[in-house]
Order: sequence, then C-alpha cells, then structure tokens
Amino acid sequence: MAGPAPGRTAAQRSGAAHDAARALQSAALSEPAWVRRTLIGVAVLFLALLLLAPLALVFIQAFSRGWQAYLDALADSDALDAMRLTVVAAAISVPINTVFGLVAAWALGKFEFRGRSLLITVIDLPFAVSPVVAGLIFVLVFGAQGWFGPWLIEHDLRVIFAVPGIVLATLFVTFPFVARELIPIMEAQGTSEEEAARLMGASGLQIFRRVTLPSVGWGLAYGIILCNARAMGEFGAVSVVSGHVRGMTNTLPLHVEILYNEYEFAAAFAVASLLTLLALMTLVLKTLVEWRAARAGR
Amino acid sequence: MARQRTARASWKSFSILPGFGLTLGCTLVYTSVLVLIPLAALFLRSSSLGWEGLWREVSTPRALAAYELSLGASLVAALVNALFGFVVAWVLVRYRFPGRRLLDALIDLPFALPTAVSGIALTTLLAPQGWIGRWLVPLGIQVSFTRLGIVIALVFIGLPFVVRTLQPALEELPQALEEAAATLGAGRWHTFRRVIFPALLPALLTGFAMSFARAIGEYGSVVFIAGNMPMKTEIVPLLTIIQLEGYDYAGATALGATMLVLSFVLLLAINLLQLWGRRRAATGH
Repeated sequence: MAGPAPGRTAAQRSGAAHDAARALQSAALSEPAWVRRTLIGVAVLFLALLLLAPLALVFIQAFSRGWQAYLDALADSDALDAMRLTVVAAAISVPINTVFGLVAAWALGKFEFRGRSLLITVIDLPFAVSPVVAGLIFVLVFGAQGWFGPWLIEHDLRVIFAVPGIVLATLFVTFPFVARELIPIMEAQGTSEEEAARLMGASGLQIFRRVTLPSVGWGLAYGIILCNARAMGEFGAVSVVSGHVRGMTNTLPLHVEILYNEYEFAAAFAVASLLTLLALMTLVLKTLVEWRAARAGR
Repeated sequence: MARQRTARASWKSFSILPGFGLTLGCTLVYTSVLVLIPLAALFLRSSSLGWEGLWREVSTPRALAAYELSLGASLVAALVNALFGFVVAWVLVRYRFPGRRLLDALIDLPFALPTAVSGIALTTLLAPQGWIGRWLVPLGIQVSFTRLGIVIALVFIGLPFVVRTLQPALEELPQALEEAAATLGAGRWHTFRRVIFPALLPALLTGFAMSFARAIGEYGSVVFIAGNMPMKTEIVPLLTIIQLEGYDYAGATALGATMLVLSFVLLLAINLLQLWGRRRAATGH
C-alpha cells in the first residue's frame, strides 16, 4: 500500500483518529466482505472444476488398473519409441530455436532500425497460426503433391510422414518462444553497458558472453522451459505431418491419441500422466524463475 | 553526435555495437525459410485455385457449417473467459486467501499441458459416467459430442490469455485513482463501473481477442470431446485435416488459407488493442 499522504499527518498523531481514518479508507477502497467472499468462491470453484479436476483425473485414471498396468503401458515398445522420437524432436528444435532467439534478440533488442516492429510481429506469427495450418504448410512444400515433392521422391527422401517433417513442424510451432522472451528484456536493459565494454576494447562475442548473456539469464531460462514444453507436447501440427506410423513417426501426444481411440483408456492416461508431469514441472520451474527474477529486480 | 545521426538519414540509428548485420541477416534468413516461405506456399497454392475455385471450396454446406461452428463456439468461449477470467484475475490480484499462490501458478496449466492430454481428460470428466458429467445427466445436459463440449474445451485453453493480460493491468492500476473517486464520494460499485472498469477495458478486450484467436485454430483439446459429426460438431481445423487425409488438397488449402487470413486480422486487432492500452496508460487516462 502507498504510504500515508502528507495531509494525513495530523490524524496520524492521534492514534484513535488514525485508526478510524484507516477503517473508513479501507471501506471505501475495498468491497463489502460478502462480495469478497462470493467472488473468491466463484473463482476457486471455477478453477477447481476447470483446471484441478482434469489434472487429478489424469493421474487417477492412469493408476485405475494398478501399478503394474501403469508400468506396462509405459514400457510398451510403441510407447518407448514414441518417447524416443519426442525427445529427439525436442533435442533438435529447442537448441536451434534458442540460438535463433539469442541472435534475433541481439539484432532486435539492441538496435533501432526501420521495420523493426514489423519483424517482431512476423516472429510472433507461429503463435497466431492454427497448429493444423502449421502442419498443412509443410505438407504443401514437402508433400508428394508439394513444391519439392517430385524432387524428394526422385532422390528417395521422405520429409512428410517421416521424422524430418515432425522436426520441421516442431521447429515452426516453437519458433517464437525464446526470441519473444529475450527481445523485450534486451530492449529494456539498453545498450550502455555493452557500449562501455566496446569502448574498453571488448570484441562482439566477449561483450555478448560477459555482459549481455549473464543479464538475461532468467529470461533465457524461462523461454527455453516454455519452448521445451511446447516441443514435447505439440499435437495438431505434428499430427498432420506424421502419418501415424507406429514405432516410426509417433510422438508421445500422438501415442496418447491412438491408445485412447482404441479404448485403452488406462494406458492412454498412463502415457498422458508423463506429459502431465512434464507440464507440472514446467509450471514449477516457471514459478521459480519468476520469483527469482522478481527478487533480482528488487 | 545527434546531428551526425540525423544527417546520415539512414534506415538504422547509429550504434557502436558490433554484429548488427550478421545477426539481422541470420534472423531474416531463418525466419524466411521456416515461417515466411511455407506460409507463402499456402497463399500461392490457394491463389492457383482462383477466386471462383476458392469460393467453391469454402462455400460447401459442410465447410460453411464448420465455419459457423468454429466462429460461434470460439466467440461464446471467449465471452465466458472474459467474464470468469476477469473475476479470477481480480480475486488473484486484490484478495489474499489460502491457496492463492497455487491457483495463480495453475492458471498457466492450459499453456503447459499438451492439448491431446487436455482433450482426453476433459472428455472423460464430462462423459455421462464422468466425475462432472454424471451430475449433469439428471439435469438433461449432455456435454460429450455436443457443441457445449466444444465450448468447454475452448474455455479451458483460452482462460490463461484473459487472466494473464488482466493481472498486470490490475496491478499497475494507480491506487490514487480509486482514492480520488472515494474521496469525491463515489460508492464502491460506482468507482468500479466508472473508474476501474474503463481503465481495464483495453486489457480485457486484448485478452478476449487472444482467447478468441486461439480458440478458432485449436485442434487437440476439441477433437476428443466434439464427436466430429459432419455438419454438426465438426470444427474447421478438423475438416482441414479430413480433407488433407482424403487427398483433397484444394479443399484443405482453401480452408487453411481462410484460417490464416483470419489469424492475421486477429493479430492486427490484438496489436492495435495493445497499442491503445499502452497509450491510455501513458497519458494517465
């Protein structure tokens, strides 16, 4: 709360009058108790039904057939293949988009030039595009009927319905995460420290490694966490380009869909519980990073 | 120094920092290869259909029904989110109660949870035998395989947009404003309606538009609960996939291109709303 205004010092001197003034102030600046309680009740009930219930349901359904069935569902060879592909897709796309994010944030956060805000909007595009459209565009470029389709078939290369297509779709949907976290941070920090380092004779890479990188640390971590969560969890875009070949082009989310559609509910939720754990870990890390950043900012 | 800068009249402000050309070049090349060229492929493909062909593809009864459903359900879901998102953001910022921090952290769950997982969890929850569904059956409400189910799934994925846009706006709302209103004798409800709500309106509309935009393109969390009956519960993204899998490239391209144009329009609207919000914050209303 803001400190007492200078005009109120007279009331402050007398304790009772001050208390009365405070009570009057809080009555005027807050809602009646019943309104507060109702609003809290509505919000908590809404969030409990919409967010907590699905979350609890995933784990209860996953263990509905017992521990053994749970472990069997995860140790199934198709599930293991799906895990492997999910990790591979994330391991390729997260580092590439992290490097891109750093490079783009340097150009867009530290320099002022014409067309800058347009370029930032373009970088945000993959967020605005439907996942289905994200998959569709790669089918149109690399699919059998696409631009490079005939050439790829001639050289016996597969992109769509194969791992490269899945990686491409994942790269597309996770493209903006790191960049959009870093650009506003780098912009807000300004360029004076980097300029000082430059005047003292530091090279570009030295400035970047010693001055810029340490100061954006939390933002970078935040971007990478979100990027990874999306890379491992993407469903729509990957679904369009994958072709659903079991053991070959199935990621974990696609495997969940197949199990569910085959009425293997316990197994579907067992695999889903892994992805849910990943999501919860992401939320915990995100919250920690935010607390740290808030403390560092203070 | 300043005079030099204006004298050069270049497209870029002067800076002694190195690496601009290299980093901008890499950014442009990567963005073009991964984002712009593939998106251009969609437009070139649809332009090869011609206006008439494009219209024929998007005006089939099945496609029109899908558009009506996608737009209608997204609009309803965004409205529900605007209302409840406002209450949630208000309660999380203004009040202190046990479990507040936990709920605050959970708001991002729909962002973090893979959409396929949200889809099967919501479907199971709302099925006639499900935890919530069984209480709705006696009331004659069916959620699974209906438009209501689609709306609920879209409310789930859209909620964080409204809450996370409103929270900072609520926190930055200057207290002096409310104090002034109270000093002038305004009651709490009056202050809310005439002072607080107008100040939050840009953020609320931005969150509403974001939630709407996300809902139109959403696929994973909807397809499980929707039942996907043509003409009844088939959303545009799903119809696009069905046409693609049936090798109807013209149909899929036409639907994809219209969805993309719609995303661009909404993105523009969101940017303008954010600009409006910043202007209002800067001028202090």
